[in-house]
Amino acid sequence: MAGDGPFKLDYAPSREGTDIVTIEPRNRLFIGGELVEPRSGRWLTTLNPATEELLAEFADGGADDVDAAVAAARRAYGSWHRRPGRERAKFLYRIARQLQERAREFAVLETMDGGKPIKESRDVDIPLAAAHFFYYAGWADKLDYAFAGRRAAPIGVAAQIIPWNFPLLMAAWKIAPALATGNTVVLKPAETTPLSALLLAEVLAEADLPPGVVNVVTGGPATGAALVGHPDVDKVAFTGSTEVGKQIQRALAGRPTRLTLELGGKAANIVFDDAALDQAVEGVVNGIYFNQGHVCCAGSRLLVQEPVLDELLDKLKARLSTLRLGDPLDKNTDIGAINSRAQLDKITELVAAGVEEGGQLYQPACTLPERGYWFRPTVLTGVTQSHRVAREEIFGPVLSVLSFRTAEEAVAKANNTPYGLSAGVWTEKGSKILWMAARLKAGVVWANTFNRFDPASPFGGYKESGFGREGGVHGLAPYVRLEGDNRG
Amino acid sequence: MADKRPVPDKPPTTKRARAAAPAAPAAPTPPPAPLEAPGGGRLEVRKTYKLFIGGEFPRSESGRSYKAEGVWAARASRKDLRDAVRTARAAADGWAARTAYNRGQILYRVAEVLEGRRAQFVDEGATGAEVAAAVDRWVWYAGWADKIQQVAGTVNPVAGPYFDFTMPEPVGVVGLAAPAPGLLGVVSRLAPVLVGGNVAVVVAAEASPRAAVTLAEVLATSDLPGGTVAILTGLASELLPWMAAHRDVDAVDLAGAPAELVPALEAAAADSVKRVVRPLDPLAESPYEILAFQEMKTVWHPVGR
Amino acid sequence: MTGRASAGGPSAPGPTDAVPTAAGSAPPSAAAGPGAVVLSAAPARAARRADRHTSRPAGWGAGPLSARAVDAVGLEARAADLAGRSLKKATKGAALDLAVRCTDFTTLEGTDTPGKIVQLCAKARRPDPDDPTVPAVAAVCVYPEGVPVAVGELAGTGIKVASVAGAFPAGLGPLAARLEEIRWVVDQGADEVDMVLNRAAFLSGDYRRAFDEIAESKQAAGAAHLKVILETGELGSYDQVRRASALAMAAGADFIKTSTGKIGTSATLPVALCMGEAIREHAERTGRPVGLKVAGGVRTSKQAWQYLVVVYETLGPEWMTPERFRIGASSLLNDLLMQIRMQRTGVYPSPDDFTND
Repeated sequence: MAGDGPFKLDYAPSREGTDIVTIEPRNRLFIGGELVEPRSGRWLTTLNPATEELLAEFADGGADDVDAAVAAARRAYGSWHRRPGRERAKFLYRIARQLQERAREFAVLETMDGGKPIKESRDVDIPLAAAHFFYYAGWADKLDYAFAGRRAAPIGVAAQIIPWNFPLLMAAWKIAPALATGNTVVLKPAETTPLSALLLAEVLAEADLPPGVVNVVTGGPATGAALVGHPDVDKVAFTGSTEVGKQIQRALAGRPTRLTLELGGKAANIVFDDAALDQAVEGVVNGIYFNQGHVCCAGSRLLVQEPVLDELLDKLKARLSTLRLGDPLDKNTDIGAINSRAQLDKITELVAAGVEEGGQLYQPACTLPERGYWFRPTVLTGVTQSHRVAREEIFGPVLSVLSFRTAEEAVAKANNTPYGLSAGVWTEKGSKILWMAARLKAGVVWANTFNRFDPASPFGGYKESGFGREGGVHGLAPYVRLEGDNRG
Repeated sequence: MADKRPVPDKPPTTKRARAAAPAAPAAPTPPPAPLEAPGGGRLEVRKTYKLFIGGEFPRSESGRSYKAEGVWAARASRKDLRDAVRTARAAADGWAARTAYNRGQILYRVAEVLEGRRAQFVDEGATGAEVAAAVDRWVWYAGWADKIQQVAGTVNPVAGPYFDFTMPEPVGVVGLAAPAPGLLGVVSRLAPVLVGGNVAVVVAAEASPRAAVTLAEVLATSDLPGGTVAILTGLASELLPWMAAHRDVDAVDLAGAPAELVPALEAAAADSVKRVVRPLDPLAESPYEILAFQEMKTVWHPVGR
Repeated sequence: MTGRASAGGPSAPGPTDAVPTAAGSAPPSAAAGPGAVVLSAAPARAARRADRHTSRPAGWGAGPLSARAVDAVGLEARAADLAGRSLKKATKGAALDLAVRCTDFTTLEGTDTPGKIVQLCAKARRPDPDDPTVPAVAAVCVYPEGVPVAVGELAGTGIKVASVAGAFPAGLGPLAARLEEIRWVVDQGADEVDMVLNRAAFLSGDYRRAFDEIAESKQAAGAAHLKVILETGELGSYDQVRRASALAMAAGADFIKTSTGKIGTSATLPVALCMGEAIREHAERTGRPVGLKVAGGVRTSKQAWQYLVVVYETLGPEWMTPERFRIGASSLLNDLLMQIRMQRTGVYPSPDDFTND
């Protein structure tokens, strides 16, 4: 207590209770408004990656299950798309409000199933998901104003395949615009994070959403492939790895199916010597360690202007030592668990390659919990463009640091990648921000901030990071057929 | 006053809802028999129809009232109007500074409360269809809060190395002469003003004050900050000229102004170059009703190293 | 005559505006960094500036001290994140204890009679008469006239006597009188002096004058430690707060303090974070640790430990001591006592359970 010696401020394991969540031990498919047994007869399991404890079993949908789901979506489409926009809006508003009412329950579930800190699921994932439904609810009855000179009609049945890094939020990004514009949906959540989508299905049912408007088919990669290949699907929306995105694009070649892809990235976070340096450090940290770096738009390449390289690295390393890694349910935790053993192995392999290629590794000393999948926040310095860690997406809490001298060089380095999802620019000079933004080949440019999302703000990539936008009025376009549309 | 008709409960469908459903209550003891009114039936507590200013319900500072729709309603004076403008101005910056999403949420909440008071509005003279239309219209406008900028704002391709954009901004304090019918008229003119980030001083339609006062109760019990909307009942001829001439009112909507007053009102408004809006169809529903109360701000910024 | 800082300099000040060095014979080179204001004044003016310069504490004069830019949105987001931390139960007790030990128990009213000062000192010595384990506060803070009374009451207790001095709170009296006031309170036994930054000089860009006044006040304070109040609520932006912090520290401040408590806007978490970052940078550049005092508007224990968290996360455990951290407050003390009592007994106490001094 009172006395000499350094004072240690200990944060409480301010642990969010899990009593609020009830997880069904066996989770069936949600088709035609009902929970149904999988015709495949197969089941998979999902773990809590922070503890490796089994959370639940869930259905592994086979080709017949996918078929049933698409048929249900098709049946529901007939009446759904004829409803006035005002009515579709009211359903979406109900869903938004329910997500707000049950926010804590969803946040805890999301953290348990995926491993992300409760601080993030509570403050980012769930509020943004609700906001997405709220935003697109407002467009449902205003489509006449969204497209200059063109009337908008829905497309039909949308197959939507989402990843494990923001399970509920990705479901919201997909379902909300699809429903607002009059389409019906078959959603395929990721294999390691099916639970929040199934809880969402409960909310949809309580909102009295007509049966079949949204169907949820859980399963593994084969389930997704069956869905993409189904002949009665009019539109495919995929968020995931570039590798699988290319497979999907190939699978749909020659077919009229509409497609949008939101794939990987290797974003450059560019810090100039006239940046507000302390806030830039926060932005760099947020850019790569938010959600353990499981973010397609993560700022995984730090490009620092040489005059401030040393100072920035010192500040960065000092800041890393204050990051708290551990129990994701603890409200004070900054860095949670890696989503799966497979992902952990991938990260480990790439980092080892980085060191072998000549990068210097820095990690703060932090105790890793005994069970679960963990990776310390990592900085690799002395990295050059040719290193694997500068080119390949790691999808983990690993930052590669490169230096530059001029703005042109920064642009050239930032663009020197097949990816083009996002970029960050840190400078106090406004004209330089705009100059850089005009030249960076990225769908989202963050200036003096990073990882900011809003349902009103369109998000999506250039080049191999995908095509199509989600959010904003632009996010309606992938889900409508415009009268006089000239696309083949 | 008629009881609110209860909405029948849906049987809980999900496991969680079933767990949360309350057990049937024990039979209550019967209340004492009500006092008989002279004509038979229960004696009711009658309402006083007051003004709504700064989030509160004062009487007119003049102590006057007037008779309309069979009841005595407060007869607002020019001083009440002056106070209303003052509280509106005080609330203006805060309302405009909220995020568009936040405004949309608050306005949606107003719709929730409005929906809950359907029976009360019917008691106060509205038809069921009018109330339903008013709720739906309010919801429709609430959804524009975070979208109007994307429809009306622009990025302008100027011939030079500048980033040039134009965005809509609220004009500020709007004086609103509400048209008939009592509820739908006010809602049709007020919702687009609010959703655009403005604050409003509403002069209710002289002949139908009850719906406006009831709407004030809705606004007071939603999350709308006090002062954002003021609702005054009274005589158009006494209030509108002061509103049109008031130099701290930025725009006026003359939808409900008696035709013979309009030329004088417009002339008075010219003294401070107010934006004057006179809709041909006071019940029109369109984003252009929002834009009527928006300024357009253009910003230039050089692009260069 | 006042030597204007930007005499002869070219462009408008940029974000890394250089606070001028004490002019030696040659103006500083343009290697100051982008946007730096270069003092390319005529020799006569430079000579006048050299005349006015007095002592030169470490960290100043080696080159222009550029004030780091601060992004307000990022700063406020970080402060909000830190405000959300929750403390372990055991640590809460220690944190409350530390907060009491770091309190500058303050009274700065026109009605501060000797009797009132005596009461204040009694409470300072024994904040909770029913619980002798509650420690004494770090210091009492009073107007100059209160100093002799306080010194008498607190002799031998280890509690410091701090006095405001230098035409507090506006700081716009004649400099000679302000310096004399400082000397007088130190003479009367004050251990610490709380002076104000000359905002009129600072906000008109006369950084030289603002710097010199602090340096001269430091001299006048002698062995007493000097706190410089930045009055952050008047400075207009975090950039300015950062610049003022750097200036005050370079001029010799032992502590930088947020507010006088006499205007509407007082200490906030983002401001404390901004000043903490400035202190960190100064310590890294010069090796000299400067203390942080937050004052004004700190009324609850929750706020107190939020400030502790901000300081801890920015400056580390070495700043968790009254030698480097203070909270200037009056009503806070009772709230701390209530929380301490609650921790010990498990029961929510009433304000009536504590003394109102």
